[in-house]
Amino acid sequence: MRKCSLSEMNKVFARIASAQKLYLPVDGEAGAEYKLWEEGTEWSNALNTVKSPKDFFFPQLENLMEFKVTGKSIEVIDTRKASEDFVVFGVRACDVKSFEVLDRVFLVDPVDSYYATRREHGTIVSLACTRPTETCFCRTFGIDATEPQGDVVTWKTETQLFFEAKTQKGQAFMSLIEDLTEECDGSEVEAQKEKTGKILARLPLANLSADAFGADKTDKFFNAPEWKTLSEACLGCGTCTFVCPTCQCYDIKDFSTGSGVVRFRCWDSCMYSDFTKMAHGNPRLTQLERFRQRFMHKLVYYPTNNDGMFSCVGCGRCLSSCPISMNIVKVMKTLGDKADD
Amino acid sequence: MTDRNEMLIPVVGVITDVRMDTPDVKTFRVVTPDGVKPFAHMPGQCAMLSIPGVGEAMFSITSSPTNTEFMEFSIKKCGCVTEWLHQAEPGQQITVRGPYGKPFPVEEDLKGKDLLFIAGGIGLAPLRSVINYVRHYRENYGKVQIVYGARSKDDLVDYSEIINEWMTDDGIEVNLTIDREQEGWDGHVGFIPNFVKELSPDLNKTVLMCGPPIMIKFTLQGLMELGFKKTQVYTTMELRMKCGIGKCGRCNIGSKYVCKDGPVFRFDELDELPDEY
Amino acid sequence: MQKITRDALVNKALALLDNGTVDRVLGWKKGELAYDVTPAVFTDGKSIGEGFVWNDFCGANFSKYLIAETKKTGSKVLVFLKPCDTYSFNQLLTEHRFDREKVYAVGIPCEGMTDVHKLRAAVGEGICNVEADGDMLAVSTVYTDEPVNVPAAEVMLERCLVCKSKKHVAYDELLGEEGEVAESARFDQVAELEALTPDERFAFWQNELSRCIRCNACRDVCPACTCEKCVFNNPSSGVENKAAANSFEEKMFHIIRAFHVAGRCTDCGECSRVCPQRIPLHLLNRKFISDIDNFYGEYQAGAEVGSRAPLVNYDQDDLEPSEVFGGRE
Repeated sequence: MRKCSLSEMNKVFARIASAQKLYLPVDGEAGAEYKLWEEGTEWSNALNTVKSPKDFFFPQLENLMEFKVTGKSIEVIDTRKASEDFVVFGVRACDVKSFEVLDRVFLVDPVDSYYATRREHGTIVSLACTRPTETCFCRTFGIDATEPQGDVVTWKTETQLFFEAKTQKGQAFMSLIEDLTEECDGSEVEAQKEKTGKILARLPLANLSADAFGADKTDKFFNAPEWKTLSEACLGCGTCTFVCPTCQCYDIKDFSTGSGVVRFRCWDSCMYSDFTKMAHGNPRLTQLERFRQRFMHKLVYYPTNNDGMFSCVGCGRCLSSCPISMNIVKVMKTLGDKADD
Repeated sequence: MTDRNEMLIPVVGVITDVRMDTPDVKTFRVVTPDGVKPFAHMPGQCAMLSIPGVGEAMFSITSSPTNTEFMEFSIKKCGCVTEWLHQAEPGQQITVRGPYGKPFPVEEDLKGKDLLFIAGGIGLAPLRSVINYVRHYRENYGKVQIVYGARSKDDLVDYSEIINEWMTDDGIEVNLTIDREQEGWDGHVGFIPNFVKELSPDLNKTVLMCGPPIMIKFTLQGLMELGFKKTQVYTTMELRMKCGIGKCGRCNIGSKYVCKDGPVFRFDELDELPDEY
Repeated sequence: MQKITRDALVNKALALLDNGTVDRVLGWKKGELAYDVTPAVFTDGKSIGEGFVWNDFCGANFSKYLIAETKKTGSKVLVFLKPCDTYSFNQLLTEHRFDREKVYAVGIPCEGMTDVHKLRAAVGEGICNVEADGDMLAVSTVYTDEPVNVPAAEVMLERCLVCKSKKHVAYDELLGEEGEVAESARFDQVAELEALTPDERFAFWQNELSRCIRCNACRDVCPACTCEKCVFNNPSSGVENKAAANSFEEKMFHIIRAFHVAGRCTDCGECSRVCPQRIPLHLLNRKFISDIDNFYGEYQAGAEVGSRAPLVNYDQDDLEPSEVFGGRE
């Protein structure tokens, strides 16, 4: 383990940024957001960002290709440029876990090369939590907020930042800042982890359980009458899906630029009324079906296809952002009580 | 063939022939600009066709894999992509990517079996690929019966192929029906579910069925009443799709993605999915 | 702290259910945290007793829910309306969006609602309980042994700080005391924006709207956005979009929406309350309200049912466009 004084972090950031693009949470009008580090950029102390870091690998909007149309002829142009290495710094345990959830979608055959390229070029520097908040429930999904995954894991105390490389990419990162950090034992980190662990146990959602859900539970929950009351107030907006680190549905659309056509993909939401709409009908006619789809996918369908792994990491963003304060916790509590039925 | 890693990027296809099948169905013949078939496929698989600036949509490949020269798509006019295609003339380029989905198990479960094809309207499109595949490898399959119905005589897709080729083949029984009486039609009149019951096919047959949801529902009911089991009946599904590779989330039913785990399903498999299609 | 008590609301709801005036109640339901209140339909005394809340986090405006709710059955639904909610209620009636006969509206006074984002900013992480006491909120967190006291006014929603009216403009019955239309400073921020140069103003909106994630929460919560099929959801409209293909489109979404609700927006402030990216969307609407006031005389959408908004009402004395542009120089 190595450490660096927090007062020296600017040098660390400058060093990394001299080699690669460096993104880190910065305070903004809406709360923290990931921004490109430049001289003068201040690293946010916020617990987490309003939008998740999935944007780095699965951006809200990306151009897939272009077409040149001349008369009856079409030319397909692959407009991708060579990718550069980049570092995402300060990623919380929940969000690091979300990359694993996304990997199981985008990196399984056939691999999504757009996503894969970004994953290959990105180095994840995670940050252990010290001040978890009331909307946090990562523990429910077996995530330890004090021991995140990542290429490099960092822990913050009052005065120091501690680093531990976990992968080859992480070692490359550490060698870049070797002279700015010093070797140390992990005793301060252990004390910090213990202190945070006590807070985690006292959070309002500390005992939320996902045990009732998981693979092959479709029959148990699909026709539950509770979906009606749970979905009753849902506005059908896409806030939860767009702030969610694991939601990965997308749309593909064409945009005429005047001189050609750009085919792009953008985030989509199963909460939207037109998501499954076809020329001859819609299999999810009301908000109840759309609402149910989102939660069944996270709590049952995804685990069925992924060895029981849930497609929720307990980051709590939907708890903070839903206009009507409906969220996965309320769904789990309401339906989870049916466990013994 | 499209690189598996670049599944979202299509290749260019050229429409070399447009055949008007019915008042709202046209069949398009597609090759690459070099004049070859865009990629190999198996019966029941689909391809994404697009017109840049208009959109992209999934269609079943109507031609048989045994046709090595070109691909055919029978397309009904019912949305912006299909409307655009219906105005296209030979020489028009489009984009093609695929093949997508799980085919009918022609090399596995269907081999050696007596087959019953039941199609309604444009539902013949995916089955035509299987029928012609089976005709090509005739020795691998048992008896073949085809029940095909449409609203009227004019709505029967591929009518000339049915009359001139399928009906003249040995060991293939073709039963046509239309919904209402029509001048110049002396064949059967009536809806498919009832027609199938009247025909009372042998219970050892394996059924491949495609058509409008309401036809599927009642025909399946009829087959069950006759004594068929759900494990004997296959169908192919249609849901909205964007990526074709099980990632965009649109065609998700329960833990399955129709584009990847389907579109071909056996009815006992469908029973395990939530009722949301 | 709210002057009217939860008990008063609960008792009213139970009485109206009991005497058969209504068969369900649109109210606020308790959540898992101190502040995550959800709109809900209650149908019996037990669920009301267990779940109904009335506190400083009951910001949600129920008026729009009445469109769907009144279509469900032939019977009446009880709705609780804060003063600002009653303006949306009237505006929806003016636009014939729901059947007034199927609603029993109970007006309730409101002392202003808490902005959870402001509360978090003031108190920090780990909020586990909030007790209102007079003008103060006592907030318990997992990090402090004693509750932290925060003046309610410091963490109030912007729309409540500049409350336009404590008076209910629609109800069947009123609980508590009726208030007055307030002297509101709500146009101050509009004036500040107007004082900027066009470039500065463009930069202001560029910065704000650049955060938009096109979640549509502003539109979906808006009581003036009641089109059955919004153009932005309609594949055949030509402008359907989930993410803007370029930055111009992103701004157009909000500007088109502001134009569409101009003269109908009651300034209920729900758009800004629900925006996950904290974009002050209400300022676009307020600019329109302020312009309409200046050009055509003061007009408050929803103040009465059936009023003709200046933008849909021709008057020979109406300002000509040339006068508007001339007057701006």
